[in-house]
Amino acid sequence: MKLLKLVPDSTNIRFQKYGVPFFIFSILMIVGSWAAVLTNGLNFGVDFIGGQEVRMTFEERAQAPIPELRELVGGLGYGEPVVQEFGKPNQVSIRVPLPEGAEETPGAATEIGNRVIASVNKNFPDARTDGNDTVSGKVAGEFRNQAIFALLAAMAAVSIYIWVRFEWQFGVGAMFALFHDVSLTMGLFAITQMEFSLQIVAAILAIIGYSLNDTIVIYDRIRENLKKYRKMPMIELLDLSVNETLARTVMTSLTLLVALVPLLIFGPASLFGMVAAITFGLFVGTYSSVYMAGPLLIWMGVTSNSFVQQETAADRQEKLARGEG
Amino acid sequence: MLEFPLWKKLWLWGLTLALAAAALPSLFTSTGLGWPAQLPSPQINLGLDLAGGSHLLLEAKAEDVAAQRLTNMEESVRQLMRSATPRIRIGDVSTAEGRLSFILEDAADIDRARGLIEPLMMGTGLQREWDLQVIDGQRMVLTPTQSGIDAALNDAMDAATEVVRRRIDELGTREPTIIRQGDTRIVVQVPGLEDPEALKNLLGQTAQLEFKLVDLTALPANVQAGIAPPGSEIFPYAPGTGRDGQFEAVRRLGGIRGDNLTDATAGVDPQDNQNVVNIAFDTQGGAKFAKLTRENVGKPFAIILDGQVLSAPNINEPILGGRAQIKGSFTTESANQLAIALRSGALPVPLEVVEERSVGPDLGADSIRRGLIAMMIGSLAVITLMMATYGRFGVYATIALVFNVLILLGIMALLNMTLTLPGIAGFVITIGSAVDANVLINERIREERARGRKVIAAIEAGYREAGRAIYDANFTNFIAGVALFIFGAGPVKGFAVVLVVGLFSSVFTAVTLTRLWVAGWLRKARPNDIRI
Repeated sequence: MKLLKLVPDSTNIRFQKYGVPFFIFSILMIVGSWAAVLTNGLNFGVDFIGGQEVRMTFEERAQAPIPELRELVGGLGYGEPVVQEFGKPNQVSIRVPLPEGAEETPGAATEIGNRVIASVNKNFPDARTDGNDTVSGKVAGEFRNQAIFALLAAMAAVSIYIWVRFEWQFGVGAMFALFHDVSLTMGLFAITQMEFSLQIVAAILAIIGYSLNDTIVIYDRIRENLKKYRKMPMIELLDLSVNETLARTVMTSLTLLVALVPLLIFGPASLFGMVAAITFGLFVGTYSSVYMAGPLLIWMGVTSNSFVQQETAADRQEKLARGEG
Repeated sequence: MLEFPLWKKLWLWGLTLALAAAALPSLFTSTGLGWPAQLPSPQINLGLDLAGGSHLLLEAKAEDVAAQRLTNMEESVRQLMRSATPRIRIGDVSTAEGRLSFILEDAADIDRARGLIEPLMMGTGLQREWDLQVIDGQRMVLTPTQSGIDAALNDAMDAATEVVRRRIDELGTREPTIIRQGDTRIVVQVPGLEDPEALKNLLGQTAQLEFKLVDLTALPANVQAGIAPPGSEIFPYAPGTGRDGQFEAVRRLGGIRGDNLTDATAGVDPQDNQNVVNIAFDTQGGAKFAKLTRENVGKPFAIILDGQVLSAPNINEPILGGRAQIKGSFTTESANQLAIALRSGALPVPLEVVEERSVGPDLGADSIRRGLIAMMIGSLAVITLMMATYGRFGVYATIALVFNVLILLGIMALLNMTLTLPGIAGFVITIGSAVDANVLINERIREERARGRKVIAAIEAGYREAGRAIYDANFTNFIAGVALFIFGAGPVKGFAVVLVVGLFSSVFTAVTLTRLWVAGWLRKARPNDIRI
């Protein structure tokens, strides 16, 4: 049996030939994403804005009575509810944001939750409550701060690590690639208006991890080639490094994809948003490693001399640490 | 790099099998097969989103503790001054701005008053809990110190946590988790709860029962307008009492609090078939209650629950037996809840639910089932892809992957960690990064072979060169994971736990273990060429 080879050995794609147009495209995508976030807004879940979300199953129906529910819950006087199918056609999620001015009242969210569940149960006796989340305004504010802090801390910490392990240009390049990935993912959520919850923050951090992984593999190869081919022009060297790691990039992305897609299709409904975000980030992260992280190095002046002095010392240390010195 | 002395082999295998074995009890119980009770059985906790149940975050109003403490101090001071011989007369008592201040009618009493009050200023600990100040030789001002307020809040929260525990135990649920969090919060997690509503109502009830004399001097118009005569305060009637929207003025001091109860049971009054709660005072409470009713026969007193008047009956005769009956338009259920709440003691501070997450048991089971199906399909696809691409090396990677999952579960079980729904997504990421490590290694071996290196040299170079990127990538992910764990909340934490533990298990299995196996095979087969 012949073994599968997804990327032929002789592959040599001139990635950087269109480096500048692609870079401009990427910048436009970032700007577009932020524009979408600012104009459309993110569809924040109760985690971040407070309020309540209840998931219900209508056991004696094939189809949940969504318009009736919208009218019923809307009539309670807490503003327009978001009623969406959730999982099967007879399952819904009903989301009611905290009314204006209730951010400071700790018990407001719980009270809304109680009333929504009670009134649905009264009008639809076959409704079964599967889950209920209520978050008060204060706790939601804390989640908001924690999420932003976690994202910034993670991005800063890993960039510093790369700066120490490689060179400052690599740290900036990695950070820029991460910014690109995070921006586009937020853009996706702004455009599709999928619910943006704490889980999505976890997904974004997973994307950061994956994209970084990709960037580091390519950077590692660039560093290696910079030492090997002292005379090669930077653009050629970038292409060489990306091509050499291309088989790995394709293979890893593909395996992650075949693991994620079943989770997207067969997985529990409450994981859909998170898995969708990670899947999207897989593509974005791979792209940014090739087209953002690489070209930035050239413009920040990385040359074959960047590693001569420091790297030999670092190599020696590394070998010592691994007990091979 | 491919040399493994015997001790190293034994150590690696021992560690692998021990950690993987730790996963077995959790796997056996989750599939319904039993696990022998005499064997040690570390278990992974299932998060509430998987097991079903309720998570409640309760928050206390810190300012209520301070206010209550001030009122208690006022009563103590009045009591002390009254019982001093000769009596010390005070006036112009005020509790504004969180301080207690009053004037001695006779400035000559100052030293005596100071001597009596001074012992109250020290708390149970060594810290001073109140500052005593004398202004113009006649006015005394008692200000609580910060450490005093903190200590009071801390005591109140400890007591509140205990009350919450007793109330939940009364519901008969199994294995609730009740922990204090921060200064003013309590986390309650009850797995497999059918009716989160009842739990919330029960915990939301402070069950602070008070008996206070109605102030008959208050003008009804003023009471409705919310204006209380000096020394009185105004409470609204509870909904459903038939006097909704009305108010009652009661004397602020001299009442009785329902702290000294020995029992509370729900019942029905045979005369009018109304639901009632019967309470029994302890000796001390009974004596106080007897004194209050004896001294005020013919006058009405208000029964106040959590700041709402239930009823204001006339005291027809002194109640001396230490037993009383509370009426307040209860339903059978609410009478029961109030009885439970009163039995388990009043909360020393009102608690409010600031976050609730409930998942029905059906949804949890469905999530597990769907998650497992998806993971199985995903794993099969990954395994097929790996074997088709890397042949023998793909088989090693696959076995490593199986051990990776087992070890990850084993470590989680040994450390008694919790698996949540986002944690399942973390599993997929972990599998991804383990596969990535093997892909990096195998691609590098391919490359080195293509450059014409000999088999052993190519494999050595593959592990060495790929190792650098693998360690860098995993270490950066580790940093991100730790940031996630420290700063993240709720679902983010569950995800971070799996991610961080998974990094260790995937580097160990995908790099160290596969190298051990490849080295063993090379030694035995001594191949001149490899298919990779």
